[in-house]
Amino acid sequence: MYEELADEGFTVITVGIERSPEDARPWIEKARPQHPSLIDIEHLVPDLYGMINVPTVVWIDEEGRIARPNDASFASNRFKLLTGLDSKRHLRRLRAWVRGDAPALTPSEVRKHQDLPTAVEQEARAEFTLAWWLSREGHDDDAERHYERAGELAPHDITIRRGSMRTRGLNPMGFAFLKIAIKSALTRTPLYRRIEDSPA
Amino acid sequence: MSATLTLLHDGRSDEVAVADPARPAIPADALEATLGWALQPEGLCQGPMCVPVDQDALVGDDGIDLGVFADALQRPLVTDEKHAVAALGASHHDRGEALASLQAPDFTLPDLDGNPHSLSGQRGKKVLLVAYASW
Repeated sequence: MYEELADEGFTVITVGIERSPEDARPWIEKARPQHPSLIDIEHLVPDLYGMINVPTVVWIDEEGRIARPNDASFASNRFKLLTGLDSKRHLRRLRAWVRGDAPALTPSEVRKHQDLPTAVEQEARAEFTLAWWLSREGHDDDAERHYERAGELAPHDITIRRGSMRTRGLNPMGFAFLKIAIKSALTRTPLYRRIEDSPA
Repeated sequence: MSATLTLLHDGRSDEVAVADPARPAIPADALEATLGWALQPEGLCQGPMCVPVDQDALVGDDGIDLGVFADALQRPLVTDEKHAVAALGASHHDRGEALASLQAPDFTLPDLDGNPHSLSGQRGKKVLLVAYASW
């Protein structure tokens, strides 16, 4: 994808929302990307962009403006069965936008599809910041209360809840995540927030 | 009694002297040096921008009450008394306003080798920003 469009004034920037560069190293070294592959251990990008899960993609134009806001999309269909997300449609739209064959969204469409952060979500992020600092200082037991509080404040913020599982000795692929997924299905709160595609 | 509070804010951490970590208050000059906000007759000011504030509530014997400061700016302040640490988050109002302007928020983050990269360094190109994780 990147190689195909790099000559057309396009780049990918990946941001790994991880505990340390070492968590992302195997992925990045395997992919050997030519584009910037960054590590965000403080969850700065989720905070700036109001992201509540990964993967989340944003299209940004040549002037640094948001051309398509937060959307859940995988790079391949490996997880389609689990997530219901079809990556092909997103890639087709992206290719058309990069090549100038089709516009992205209009500014008013971008605004319509944005979920702006709430006060409670920002409080959950602050609790996460505090918990994460305590974890790194070796106070795991005392961090737990703040991770829990963050999860109570923003139960839909999977970036915080699942992203902190390994630090807390929980398996992000195991029962702890299954519980979140079941709760999300029961409350009809989507785990992955996607922009509904209009018929192409 | 005096203690040192670790204040986590804006992606940084600062040590500030406080009388009571459970209800942290810091002198006005420390507020300006640490958080970039100055107390003026008009309110709390950062450059030309001022936010009105109830100065009687804001300023006590120990200095500027960080809880009142955070409320005035609509920023979350959460504390852990045992470890004398507090996190001052970003205001949902500021974050929302920035996103609604449609200007993509700039950031600088390291790659695996620790080299910093900024979104703004890609100006002139279309960018697909992908946030992902191994978990």
